[in-house]
Amino acid sequence: MFEHTIGKRSEKVKNRVERGAVKKFAEAIGDLHPIYTDEENYSRNIAPPTFPRVFDYGSIEELNLPNKGLIHGEQNYHYERPLFVEEEIICYAEVDDYYERSGKSGNMGFLKVKRYGEDPEGRLIFSEEQVVIITEAVRKGMTV
Amino acid sequence: MTGLKDLQVGESLEEITLPPVSRLDLIKYAGASGDYNPIHTIDEEAEKAGLPGIIAHGMWTMGNLAKLFTPYYEEGFIQDYSIRFKGMVFLNDVITLHAVLDEQGEEELSFSVRASNQDGRDVIKGNVVFCKRLITAAT
Repeated sequence: MFEHTIGKRSEKVKNRVERGAVKKFAEAIGDLHPIYTDEENYSRNIAPPTFPRVFDYGSIEELNLPNKGLIHGEQNYHYERPLFVEEEIICYAEVDDYYERSGKSGNMGFLKVKRYGEDPEGRLIFSEEQVVIITEAVRKGMTV
Repeated sequence: MTGLKDLQVGESLEEITLPPVSRLDLIKYAGASGDYNPIHTIDEEAEKAGLPGIIAHGMWTMGNLAKLFTPYYEEGFIQDYSIRFKGMVFLNDVITLHAVLDEQGEEELSFSVRASNQDGRDVIKGNVVFCKRLITAAT
């Protein structure tokens, strides 16, 4: 039911690796290393690898996911280099694939979304791939 | 602490066992990540979704697991981090983080990583490629 969204892409959104947000995120995963926050002893502070969760990737037209009942199946990150605190990142998302398989709890939908972060010159900094599993019960409850 | 360069194939990074998962941990992660799906914070919503209780965000566990590598960020960075979510994490679960070196390349170190619960079951599992290239100059 999401086949028609394959290849659809969001608009690009400008984000900033905000210092305060990095600190709060590092605290929330109990990762309290000064490399994230200490400006005096590090020439540059970086963000934890799963920090891109925080960014705004814009919205993909026609991809209306329910906000409940989704299962996060897989998550992959690829980095060309770490994220630097206070730098600007241009983010967008794209539907990479959608397919359905029958399993023990009915027909499951697998939605693969790719997300990208680039520097202002358009060079890739990171990409991520997320596989979301949408159960039949959830899809039945949706009105598309 | 010894560096990653001294690690041999088959050896592990020092394991970390997290304190029992608390509601506050998940409320904090919801706030820090912007993921406010209520099955992670509100009992009634978790029950409505057919769960026995609130469950941790998969990304909370994945975020925690990466910290095994944080002591080595002056030697390089995580280039690839791939995870499959295998099982749910509930309140009061005690999660242990593991990483074993699988392969040692010129520039890259490949690790198998996983987080397991108090019953020894893996809740997330995957791979990390740590790149030993140092990012020094700003471009």
